[in-house]
Amino acid sequence: MSGQLPFHLGVTLLRLIVSFAIAMLLGCAIGIMLGRNKKLDAFFDNWLVIFLNVPALVTIILCYVWFGLIESAAILAVVINKLPNVIVTIREGTRALDQDLLDMARCYRFGKRKTLVHVIWPQLHPFVMGATRSGLALIWKIILVVELLGRSNGMGYQLHLFFQLFDVASILAYTIAFVAVIQLIELLVLKPLDKKALRWRR
Amino acid sequence: MTDIQININNKTYPTAAKPSIEGLKLSLNSNEFTCLVGPSGCGKTTLLNIIAGLDNDYDGDILCRTGSLPVATLLTSKDGGNAENCREQSRPPSLAVVGRQHTHPKIGYIFQNPRLLPWRTVRENIELALDGNQSPKVIDELLEVMQLTAAQHVYPERLSLGMSRRAAIIRAFAIDPEVLLMDEPFVSLDAPTARQVRELLLKLWQQRPHTVLFVTHDLREAIALADRLVFLSAAPMRVVSEVAVPIARSERGNELALETFRQQLLANHPEIKQLL
Repeated sequence: MSGQLPFHLGVTLLRLIVSFAIAMLLGCAIGIMLGRNKKLDAFFDNWLVIFLNVPALVTIILCYVWFGLIESAAILAVVINKLPNVIVTIREGTRALDQDLLDMARCYRFGKRKTLVHVIWPQLHPFVMGATRSGLALIWKIILVVELLGRSNGMGYQLHLFFQLFDVASILAYTIAFVAVIQLIELLVLKPLDKKALRWRR
Repeated sequence: MTDIQININNKTYPTAAKPSIEGLKLSLNSNEFTCLVGPSGCGKTTLLNIIAGLDNDYDGDILCRTGSLPVATLLTSKDGGNAENCREQSRPPSLAVVGRQHTHPKIGYIFQNPRLLPWRTVRENIELALDGNQSPKVIDELLEVMQLTAAQHVYPERLSLGMSRRAAIIRAFAIDPEVLLMDEPFVSLDAPTARQVRELLLKLWQQRPHTVLFVTHDLREAIALADRLVFLSAAPMRVVSEVAVPIARSERGNELALETFRQQLLANHPEIKQLL
């Protein structure tokens, strides 16, 4: 018991929160835009497929090579890996929007903000939750590699050390801590959000 | 007061082979209650969508005169960018074209399906349509009349179709529209409720006159409600005939008078019979 686990877990969590927030915000904005605009969508569609399929390791290495072994390069690498997934999911959601309700909103002069909050967002909610869950899982996996390759703290860095020492007990300890955190996020954040958003369903 | 002149040369859906509406000319007089009667699938809903400004992909124009303002274009035809010029040329010079925003009348549209937001309660749905100037008392009164007061905080998915319809009707009434478009609003309401809502509609309309366009294929209902009946042909839709209903408003409850007029109408206009 060195007492280092909470520190490294905290550092990783912080990176996760920052990169997740950036990826979700950007992804939702771009996803809605592409879903609503056929021309933009046609233009960016190929790029999206390319970015979806570039191996995570390549973007991580390129980010470190081009921007140096710094924190923002690490965050950027995670965001680049996560962003295309969010965009694709939200774009599908936007395409599936109910035209009847959008027409209703237009006829009753809801305006842009009202339409987004009351008509579009509730319909996107399941897609956003989907992007959140799959996104968290993806980011955990990538962020450890990012830390392993170019950071001197965080879970990834620690696991790399334990690997060199063949310290299986410590690796398992970190894994359990990680699983506990995931369960907490699910129970305390995602489940209540689901419940609140779905209370209107029969 | 709002009167509307509708002139649709051609409306063809991109995937359709033949036009849905062709050469349709119709003018709605200010504060008049007009019923559109025609076979189902003839394009009545398409017409309402065009008037409501939800469908701009057509050839023709719709002019709207509101209050003391000069005639202004409510909606324009297909070629968005050039529309401004075309309008200027086709209109006599004395009629100024006023910007869209000022002249677009406030439209209440009761769609064929209720179109309530399922994630907002009945009351929230109605409040969202208001622009903040109306008092919530209006909603309370309407909820009371429509017997939805007890259900006002319920989500639409838990309501029956009839109740959802009534909520949608309240939403259209509550915004105090200048033009009220109704697309077969009373189907799936039970007979007593339908009668009640019909009476309420007439009461509200007499209290505060506005232009009403009511789509139905029930001739009896149309006669009971309208000042003027407009009969429409099957697609491509155009006006077959227009008939004023001479029965006084106070006489509208008289089933016999309505029925006599209906028989007369069918006898005098054989072309109508095949539409129904």
